Order: sequence, then structure tokens, then C-alpha cells
Amino acid sequence: VIRIELPSNLRTLANVGREVELKVDGPVTQRSVLDALEAAYPMLRGTIRDQITQRRRPMLRFFACEEDLSDESIDARLPDEVATGREPYLIVGAIAGG
Amino acid sequence: MAKVRLLVGTHKGAFVLTSDERRQQWKVDGPHFAGWDVYHVKGSPVDPDRLYAAQSRGWFGQVVQRSDDGGDTWEPVGNQFQYEGATSTHKWYDNTDHPYEFLRVWHLEPSLTDPDTVYAGVEDAALFRTTDAGKSWEELSGLRTHPSAPSWAPGAGGLCLHTIILDKGNPDRIVTAISSAGAFRSDDAGKTWRTITKGLHSNYIPDPDAEVGHCVHHIAMHPSRPNVLYMQKHWDVMRSDNSGDTWHEVSGNLPTDFGFVIDVHAHEPETIYVVPIKSDSDHFVPDGKLRVYRSRAGGNEWEALTNGLPQKDCYVNVLRDAMTVDSLESCGVYFGTTAGQVYASADGGDSWKAIVQNLPAVLSVEVQTLA
Repeated sequence: VIRIELPSNLRTLANVGREVELKVDGPVTQRSVLDALEAAYPMLRGTIRDQITQRRRPMLRFFACEEDLSDESIDARLPDEVATGREPYLIVGAIAGG
Repeated sequence: MAKVRLLVGTHKGAFVLTSDERRQQWKVDGPHFAGWDVYHVKGSPVDPDRLYAAQSRGWFGQVVQRSDDGGDTWEPVGNQFQYEGATSTHKWYDNTDHPYEFLRVWHLEPSLTDPDTVYAGVEDAALFRTTDAGKSWEELSGLRTHPSAPSWAPGAGGLCLHTIILDKGNPDRIVTAISSAGAFRSDDAGKTWRTITKGLHSNYIPDPDAEVGHCVHHIAMHPSRPNVLYMQKHWDVMRSDNSGDTWHEVSGNLPTDFGFVIDVHAHEPETIYVVPIKSDSDHFVPDGKLRVYRSRAGGNEWEALTNGLPQKDCYVNVLRDAMTVDSLESCGVYFGTTAGQVYASADGGDSWKAIVQNLPAVLSVEVQTLA
């Protein structure tokens, strides 16, 4: 099981708590995790990645195991700790404003 | 007894306000979609419990919500707005060519005959339509591919399509307005478009009488006289008696002819309302006084409506979609401010009352008159 932590606005939109748990078939990558997330919660389509370009929204970042994975290859395997559910995959809204 | 339902979009969510036909006591429900910009909420004229809301945020992009029970519950629907065909360009602030990028929905206009059909005006400027209650959206690309479109350039608010007017007597006719581009009309249900800007004069653009480049802030029409259009332009209040073919100025004795909103009385097609704003640099009402101006002559002769509105120390703005009128016998007029007040008049503007005081900045106000 993969654990995904969502920013608060997306928790409200998807009507879920801080974390969601998902089963991901095949290699656990950022792409497969986000694909599974959007399949389970269609209302999140377009809110994390642009639906057409599939690019990460500029003011969101992805973290796991205290590493910033935002600019890593979306097809690179995620750490074992994430693939085995010991650590969550974090989707974080940038702290922006004043 | 009839009921009135106000749909208020704000910078931090949507609110639904309801009252009976006396319009004195209001129940406030919300915020819906807390923390998100809600540019517009509007109900279907043929199924008043069918509502659509445009919810967006810089972090998360665009979401469209639909309610089938008058706003008690909501369901996210389709939010993919893909421009049709190859990517075209418009002018950027530095006059370079800039590719069209979808940013947000500014305005949702439900069909006058089908609750599942809705038009969406978006930034960068284009017109989209759903015919399946919001599940999917298709672009009516004839507008964005108008020959003038590559020369459109955004204003401070972005290159947004913010006004969509439908004509029940002529289903093929659609009027739209785009900030810093102008006004456009289709007479074939959105396939092809023509500019309707003859008579507009804008001193802030290189050719003040150009076909495009006029910063149209809002257009209003009375359903009984679809050929008469009223426009609040960046500067100037304008009127057309031929569906936009030509315009003439009706600013008359207004203290300033800059503003955003314009609307028409429900039963008096020559009675119109504006809220003059000091200037395009200050963006608040003149002299610290919140005044709605009413013309009973279709323009030129204006009277200040102040009863119940703050007449000192007031520095708010009223944005383009933030005024509306109900259709009760004594016409109700409503508007919301950037300081979070929603004011209502149950007597056509003669007197006003703040029906809610401290919402987030109000982006839009729509009203439904319910049997």
C-alpha cells in the first residue's frame, strides 16, 4: 500500500483525510502513484498535474523520505520506504504569499 | 410566497444567501469550496436547483462544481479545457507573441433552454461549452480564431472572456466581451464571430477607434429588448440600439464614467444601474461614498442612490460580475464589494441594506427568483 499525503485544499476537494492509501500495480514511480491517485479520486485530475501537458503544477512540490523529488524523473522508482508504505509520498503546496 | 436565492462568489469560497420575497431576513450558507477563488456561480433558468460554480486557485488550477439541489451539495465535474487545434498566440504585455494558456474560468452562462448546457468564458480568452452537465467541455473555437485574435493583448486582469449574453428569442445569437480586446457577436450559435466595437473610443490605445483593443468591462441586456445593449467600458458607459453594430456614449452626468458593473431593471428596460469608480489607478468609489447610479432614460441622465449605503470613509470596488437584479414585482437589486459586503435593495435601488457584512472580497453575485 502506498500512503499519499495531500495538501488541505485537495483533502477537502476529494473528501478525504490527511493521508490516502492506494494500491499501485507495477513499479512504484511518481507517475504510477499519481495515476492511481487520479483514478481513485477523479476530482483531483488537473489539480496536481496539468491534464494536457502532465506537468506538475508550478506551486506544488513532491517529497518523500526528506528528499525533494519535484524535479526528478517522473518515471524513476520511488524509495522502498514509499513503495512499502513505511513512509508517505508528500504532495505539498508551496508556501507562497506574505 | 416566492423566495430569492443569491449566489455569491468570493476570493475564499462561495456563499448561498436565501430570503423570502420580503428580502429583509437572510440566511447565509457557506463557505462552499473554502479557500478557493470562486469567480462565478450561476443557476440554470430552466432548472433553478441546477447550479454551476467555477472554483480555482493558483496552486491547483481549475475545478468546476455542479449542484443538483440548489447548493446544498456539490459534485466536481469536468475541468479539462483544451483549446481546439494547434496552439495559437496572442500578444503579451511586451508585444511579443504569447501562446494561449488556459488559466481559469471567469464566467459560466447556463443555457436558457437546457440545464445540461453551459457556456464558459475563460482566460486566456476563449468560449467553451458543455452539453453533458459539465462532464466535458468543448471549445467554440471560432471566437479564438477570429482574424483579430493574434492582436489581442491582456489587460491587468488577464486576457479574460468575462461576459456571455444569450438571447432566448434568437438561439443563434451570442454576445461576448473580452477585457482589452472588445466585444464580439455570433449569429450562428458560436461558429463565426464579428467584432461589435464601432463607436467605441478609447484614448488609452494607439488608435482610439480601432476595431479591437477596447477594454470592455461588462455588457448587460434586457431580455425583452435584445437589440439594446448597455456597456460599462474601462472608461465610458455606452449604449447600442442595434445589437452592438454601433455604440454611442451615455455617460451623461456621472461623476466618473469608469467602472465595472452595469445591469438593467427587471421590468423597466430603460432603467439601468452602474457603480462609478474613481479611476483605473485607484479602483475605489469616489469621495469615500458608495453610490449606485440609476438612469431611468437608458443613460445620460443619472441619479445617485445613497439611502442605506455608506457615505463616508468607504473605499471599495464593485467588480464586473458582482451586480444582479431579481424578477420580483418590486425589482430587487444586489451588489457585492471587494470588502465583503453584499448590499440589497428591494425597491429598485431607492433604499439599500447590507445583508451580509464581512465575507471575503466578492467576485460575483447572481440571483435566482424562485416560485
